[in-house]
Amino acid sequence: MNPSCDLHQIAQRFRRLAPSSTEGTIRIVEESSTTTSVRRDVPEPVARSADLGAMITIAQGDGVGYAATSDLSESGLKAAIDRALQWARTMHGRSVFQDAPIRLAFAETFSSPAALSADWSLAERIERLREESAGCRLDPRIVDWQASLWTVHSRCLLAALDGGDLLQEHEYAVPALHVVANHRDLTQVRSWGGRNNGLCQQGNARQVAERSRFAGAGRRTAEQALQLLAAPNCPSGTFDLLLMPDQMMLQIHESIGHPLELDRILGDERNYAGTSFVTPEMFGTYRYGSELLNITFDPTRAEEFATFAYDDDGSRAQRQHLIRDGLLLQPLGGALSRQRMTQASWSGCVATARACSWNRPPIDRMSNLNLEAGTSSFERMVSSIDDGILMQTNASWSIDDSRNKFQFGCEWGQRIRSGRLAEVVRNPNYRGISATFWRSLAMVGDAASVEVLGTPFCGKGEPNQAIRVGHASPACKFVGATVFGAEH
Amino acid sequence: MKERFFDLAEYAVGQLQGSEVLLANFSGENSDFVRFNRARVRQAGSVTQANLCLTLIDQGRRQRSMLSLAFNDGADQAAVRSAIQSMRSDLSSLPVDPLLLFATHASNSSLERRGSLPDAEEAVETVIQGAGGADLVGIFASGPVYRGFANSLGQRNWHRVDSFQLDWSVFLAGDKAVKSSYACETWDALDVLRRIEASRDHLQHLAAAPRSIDPGQYRAFLAPAAMGELIGMLNWGGVSARSQLTRQSALQRLVDGDSALAEQITLRENTAQGLAPSFDESGFARPAQVSLIAGGVHSGALVSARTAKEYDVQANGANEEESMQSGDLDGGRLPMSDALAALDRGILVANLWYLNYSDRSSCRITGMTRFATFWVERGRIQAPLSVMRFDDSIYRMLGSGLEALSHEREWIQSLSTYGQRSVESNRVPGALLSNLTLTL
Repeated sequence: MNPSCDLHQIAQRFRRLAPSSTEGTIRIVEESSTTTSVRRDVPEPVARSADLGAMITIAQGDGVGYAATSDLSESGLKAAIDRALQWARTMHGRSVFQDAPIRLAFAETFSSPAALSADWSLAERIERLREESAGCRLDPRIVDWQASLWTVHSRCLLAALDGGDLLQEHEYAVPALHVVANHRDLTQVRSWGGRNNGLCQQGNARQVAERSRFAGAGRRTAEQALQLLAAPNCPSGTFDLLLMPDQMMLQIHESIGHPLELDRILGDERNYAGTSFVTPEMFGTYRYGSELLNITFDPTRAEEFATFAYDDDGSRAQRQHLIRDGLLLQPLGGALSRQRMTQASWSGCVATARACSWNRPPIDRMSNLNLEAGTSSFERMVSSIDDGILMQTNASWSIDDSRNKFQFGCEWGQRIRSGRLAEVVRNPNYRGISATFWRSLAMVGDAASVEVLGTPFCGKGEPNQAIRVGHASPACKFVGATVFGAEH
Repeated sequence: MKERFFDLAEYAVGQLQGSEVLLANFSGENSDFVRFNRARVRQAGSVTQANLCLTLIDQGRRQRSMLSLAFNDGADQAAVRSAIQSMRSDLSSLPVDPLLLFATHASNSSLERRGSLPDAEEAVETVIQGAGGADLVGIFASGPVYRGFANSLGQRNWHRVDSFQLDWSVFLAGDKAVKSSYACETWDALDVLRRIEASRDHLQHLAAAPRSIDPGQYRAFLAPAAMGELIGMLNWGGVSARSQLTRQSALQRLVDGDSALAEQITLRENTAQGLAPSFDESGFARPAQVSLIAGGVHSGALVSARTAKEYDVQANGANEEESMQSGDLDGGRLPMSDALAALDRGILVANLWYLNYSDRSSCRITGMTRFATFWVERGRIQAPLSVMRFDDSIYRMLGSGLEALSHEREWIQSLSTYGQRSVESNRVPGALLSNLTLTL
């Protein structure tokens, strides 16, 4: 791959080669990444990657064909255009769009170069990771530990055949720590940041590490792992639950985000990621949660993982409420999914049709899906609980294919007794049903408890796509949750 | 692809200086993908892609660089040259890697399983015709998948498999559906039509009013697809040597000898019978088989080159995640045709879904039933069941609670297409359990 090649030049090549009688787009994605990691004080091999390719989309009537290629030469693009056109013709008359013509055109021109600033050198990164790794090694019972930093630089140009050029550039960073403590037959894991979900933000390694107080996190995390090792098992029963933001993000993701994806509601995902308990007629009338529940699609928060100006279908992204004061208003559906709704109670679409890379077509994703801050301080929420459990950092997640019956587990639990935080407990789990759980939302934390988090690995789609999504949330209190611990 | 990769590897080797060593891993595909919903096409397209992963080693240091290939000699050679120069420049700032281990004795291999695959139009038409107006949703994927390895010590390995996969569900209403999957190297439209028709026929069992059952313990027969999900969970660190040696494995009690599974449980990595290549990322040949559990007792683990060096154990060709690529669980004595009679009264679970550990140290797994799950009495299907959550330990499900494994096994090819089409597969029987704990 030619680093930082001229994406506009490739788009012009596409415009020259594609037949003018069709509608079409090219989406060129150039992405480079660096992964550095130190495990048990030994640096792992540094891994760099450089990826460049393009997705050609051609529409003809109700048919739309895709062809992805990393051969961006004249002959490579021509072959992809021909293939996409062939697919559009094959799909014509057999399409879910039922004879409605597909519109791919957009006219806007937009350019958002990332404000790149000085980042750590490779040697500095490794030194920082070594420091955190050394911080973890504070007791022989710490048997495994790893500190890592993963950064990505991405440029994407979406260009329409008859005008429209949307260039977006982003930087992402994911610092993470993973510490394992063991004594005899008991093993406990405590993590910080997290590759699977957690502290995933936009910015370079230095910016995100400083923002998240990475320095010193190794020792703190190892100390907590040892606390868990000494902690009693989480009790079983019905308790009030105080979920911290790094568990709230998973709760929002699985039991609000996925059920509201319009392509699920339309049935596209029934063979793989699943369907939804939400049906089209519920929008505008269904009470999703208590009046404290306010959920926004918010692509505007600069540091959040899935902030962008346009989605991969060329729709302009803007902040919108999906749930306001507990009332369900609209789904997460891009322009093409919205086109398939013959009747809908909401107007317009949410610009969230996205592809994980150049080799996959866009589908409805959740992008930044946030729970808006309430008015309760953390201290007030704790003091309001007579007998409850605080849970932090997701460790286990499972939910049915309609996104209703869920069971989640956390790394860290802490009893709340008589309005005060009490002893730490290990292996806390809870289970519930989405349709009723959100109605038990009793308090929403104020802005001081909000954390901006995310995950690089939200999976769905056939062929499969793992994509970056962001979730900002305060801590929240739920009443009457079913809680349980480990077997032993 | 083969010539292109080996030529590029040769070019890359030509860029080396002094004592440098180069490892090159290749993966690529030419794939067609068609998504269906309600027996119409949702998305249709093709993907041509190839990735080259170069590892530069010198003076005990190493760095890795992954690049997508442009299928253009000039551009690809320039990218390789640039990557090697960049890695060479980085190496000086990297410490020596004490866990460096790679194959130094060249072991060449080449496998090409060419298939007979359909053109796009025929495949689309066949699926829509097969649906016959039923609500079919799923994906068709087709084309060759490539893997390759080369190093500067002269080793060359190549692996190409042509196949198509059709993974579909036919829906009756709501979440009541029959899920099916078919993968093969040779396309036969009539065979595909027959299979889709058979899945439609099975819908009749879902027509009865669904029954709800309370949480509790039930006799259960897990069909092979459900067992495949359960065994797949052992890839989350369960059979990894590194996980076991750092006491994180979900099978730690089995490894320590504190617990055992039923004697019928014999699990191995069976590269000889799988789809995955017979070489690993470091150039080591994979043994034909690696025993993991024998007669219910721990018998081995998957060991990557890095773990082998770190813990002074023998590598056995495992990937970096030390997960099964070609899992193989022995069958038992229960003929599949007798499964319902043996179940007598309980639940028939065709598929499990969204599994995760709820208590790793007890190897307790939670997940959902999905698609066709039935209530059975006197060995006959009575009614479909609403989806239920289970939460139970492997030590019970495949230990004290395992009554029998089916004689017949299914070879289940992975349908994972995250990033690229997978070459993983597993071979599993069904299982009759005296108790399965349902919780919600």
